[in-house]
Amino acid sequence: MDRKSWMSTLAKADPKDMASLWADLALAPSFTWLRRPESGAVMVRGRAGGTGAAFNLGEMTVTRCTLQIDEGAVGFGYVQGRDKRHAELAALADALLQSGQAKRVHHAIIAPLQARAKARQAARASKAAATKVDFFTMARGED
Amino acid sequence: MQATSTLTGGFKTPAMDAAHAFRAAMQAMARPGTLQTIHGGTGPAPISPAAACLLLTLCDATTNVFLGARHDTKDMRDWLAFHTGAPIVTRAEAQFALGTWGDLHPLADYSIGTPEYPYRSATLIVERDMLDTAGATLRGPGIATTATLNLPDIDAFRANRALFPLGLDFYFTCSSTVAGLPRSTEVL
Repeated sequence: MDRKSWMSTLAKADPKDMASLWADLALAPSFTWLRRPESGAVMVRGRAGGTGAAFNLGEMTVTRCTLQIDEGAVGFGYVQGRDKRHAELAALADALLQSGQAKRVHHAIIAPLQARAKARQAARASKAAATKVDFFTMARGED
Repeated sequence: MQATSTLTGGFKTPAMDAAHAFRAAMQAMARPGTLQTIHGGTGPAPISPAAACLLLTLCDATTNVFLGARHDTKDMRDWLAFHTGAPIVTRAEAQFALGTWGDLHPLADYSIGTPEYPYRSATLIVERDMLDTAGATLRGPGIATTATLNLPDIDAFRANRALFPLGLDFYFTCSSTVAGLPRSTEVL
């Protein structure tokens, strides 16, 4: 699994899910802070279609931090919202996923988070699908 | 993977350390010819702790930084990107420049501001081997009578003073010490 995908999963996870999964994992690696958790705003940019010009969709709150576990791996945490503990856990998970514990962390944290994200997405999609309207043009009988 | 040395050296308590560093930077500029101690940040060689603190305090993603040849290393660029996000640019676009006196030349390439916007000028952080309150005599705002400071040059600062209210501002750094020379100071 590539780093981009697990960073995305960690960033979008529910902080409560993250905390409970981390507790179940029962790992407590010691680490040093390279950048303590800090909250800020980032501009989310969008593009209509594949060729549209980029526009600013709006700002969102992001919390980030960087740490280094004693094994040597450096973990970055960039998460939605202002939950500093969430950012810390995301950074720890990122660091561990680059270490010897990668498999264990993947099974205990990333896989369940992805399953939950998928379930959330499916629930949302089915809710939206229920309201789907098929538009069609009726013959106007002009000819 | 990025070298760990480029990720360390930031302020431990960013709000407080940056406030102290800013106070020192402001005092240095407000009282030319005095030496201020500044600490809390470090960067990869060859940058001095004082210069590292100045960059950590003054730079962010909206301030363009020029690096002199000796400071323009991969580690230095990575360090600056991680801690400040400041873009690295040429002399002409720089709002801050870091380097030894020789590396920062030619001074004519930097922006000195415009009569409408004199603050749109560059601030040069000059790394020195030694900083001492003995040498060239200074006079101007922030100095009761006269002050002295060892400057790397005299004529360059006289020429800069002649541009007032336009011109460049200078910080001199050596280990953890910083001194300032704003454009308003006259070098006798």
